[in-house]
Amino acid sequence: MKIKSSGRRKFLKNSAAIIGAAAAGIRPAGAENPPPEMDMPDLEALISYGQRSSFVKSHRVSVMERMSPDEFGMTFHVLSPIQDSVGIITPSSLHYISTHRGSYVPNIDPQEHRLMIHGMVDRPLIFSVDEIKRFPFVTRPLFLECLGNRAKASHKTVQETHGLTSCSEWTGVPLSILLNEAGVQSGAAFIVAEGAESVKGATSIPIGKAMDDCLVAYGQNGEALRPQQGFPIRLLVPGFEGMHNVKYLRRIKLVEKDYMTYNDYGHIVPDARVAALTRQIGPKSVITFPSGEQKLPGPGLYEITGLAWSGSAAIRNVEISTDGGQSWKLAELRTPSYSMAHTRFAFPWTWDGKECVIMSRCTDELGTRQPTRAESAKFFGKPDNADFRAPGADNTVFPWRIAADGSVQNGMA
Amino acid sequence: MEWRKLLLLVAILALAQLAQAQSTKYGVGRTPTPEEIRAWDISIGPDGKELPPGHGTAAEGAKLFREKQCVVCHGSTGSGGPAPTLIKSDGTKKSKYPCLVPCVDDALVMSLHAQYATTMWDYINRAMPLNKQGTLKPDEVYSLVAFLLFKNGVIAENQVLDPETLPRVKMPNRDHAALAPEWKHAAPRLQGYP
Repeated sequence: MKIKSSGRRKFLKNSAAIIGAAAAGIRPAGAENPPPEMDMPDLEALISYGQRSSFVKSHRVSVMERMSPDEFGMTFHVLSPIQDSVGIITPSSLHYISTHRGSYVPNIDPQEHRLMIHGMVDRPLIFSVDEIKRFPFVTRPLFLECLGNRAKASHKTVQETHGLTSCSEWTGVPLSILLNEAGVQSGAAFIVAEGAESVKGATSIPIGKAMDDCLVAYGQNGEALRPQQGFPIRLLVPGFEGMHNVKYLRRIKLVEKDYMTYNDYGHIVPDARVAALTRQIGPKSVITFPSGEQKLPGPGLYEITGLAWSGSAAIRNVEISTDGGQSWKLAELRTPSYSMAHTRFAFPWTWDGKECVIMSRCTDELGTRQPTRAESAKFFGKPDNADFRAPGADNTVFPWRIAADGSVQNGMA
Repeated sequence: MEWRKLLLLVAILALAQLAQAQSTKYGVGRTPTPEEIRAWDISIGPDGKELPPGHGTAAEGAKLFREKQCVVCHGSTGSGGPAPTLIKSDGTKKSKYPCLVPCVDDALVMSLHAQYATTMWDYINRAMPLNKQGTLKPDEVYSLVAFLLFKNGVIAENQVLDPETLPRVKMPNRDHAALAPEWKHAAPRLQGYP
């Protein structure tokens, strides 16, 4: 016991400078000798769950239109800092947030939480969270994107133009396994999925999609879901707009038609083509470096990099234009291209120091290519001007303008 | 005799397989009681078959709109507050609050944009009032729906809404909404776009 205890003490002393500086931001490393143990912060706490360097400041921000939390303490839309992202996984603590029309983020006791499946099934069932974990699980990366992820000319950073998307490695049970356990009756055409938060956000999803690849997820990036992402369990509807991915999932009802919940009504449109573009996402891509409010220090070699994703398939390729869309060259995919997940692309580029407009466009494995605003306008027979609003989930090509001084601005402006 | 034994064996195997298909595969989870399902099931579909007994009128709803503090967030005229617009405004006043995203302004008022009045009953019942969700009685929900539909010019002031009449309200947008085409695995979200 004595040896163990002194060993630990020695470890604490030797580690004090490193842990203290890196994790708690006490003082810059090397500025002073390690302080006496008594002055140290709660090292157990620092060790039990790590923190990032005090020098790393990347953080989420509310959408400009509505602060979160607002005057009632409700959370609305919060943007992920994708200008700082590397790879394809969004840290759980930086994942974008969106709630059903503004609601409180609930603090749910997983022991108390239940999921009920009922309606047009042979056997209605109730599961505890522990019971759900007894079913076969799958782990896969999937992106989420809010329908409101629409770039405007007034936006300055890529966090503002494209920050309502994130990608996590999710772990959960295929919904089809749970639905088969309950026994889907013929005639069931939709599921209504409902959350346990204060507004009990609900949405209708076609049964074909529910049986195809949806997940009831309890894991995110190697740990339990975060409350802001639906702890203890949430629905994942790969490639569908974020609203369908019901958090705090508590009830699934199988029904014979679209139930037109509050969330469903908000999305109804007079044009079936727009409805299809609203339900499903992408293909879409954006350059995250160099991006708005960043600055290139001078001419020379840079790696243009960014993210590409599609709500229908994996990304086949990404093309880059550095001349405002006149010519396109293939970028390199620097990560595996997972179906319905972010894919990281890069394009080594020598900047000549002249003003230019850079943009990316992607093509998914179904051969669908990300459209320009002009192509979207032409499809819908609308004039391609500043007032044009791409119908559905906007996946149009987005430009960054690089000035001669290296500063980067929104190319829509 | 041999072929009869074989036939019997095949029949037994087929029956066994059928039985297995009909029974649960994992046997995890329990069957909820009918009472539990009733208590949990707050979904009201377009047919209104789940609507509970009760009735309400616009006059009752007008009183509740004040008493239940709806005006605090939705504005005394049903518009101009920090929460979604409930009664289409005359367009002369601009709200000092930024609209929610997605923005439920005059163009998306529920009474005018939803295809079914059941959408309103379902949402008011499940999600309102703020911080007191689940406290409205069925009569109160019918009355609030009647009030909002009347103020938006959809129903007459004296119309009584109940489980029979509410689903039959002809909503202005009923025939102007298009559903997305049937979803198919590994198909582009919209063939030919762009």
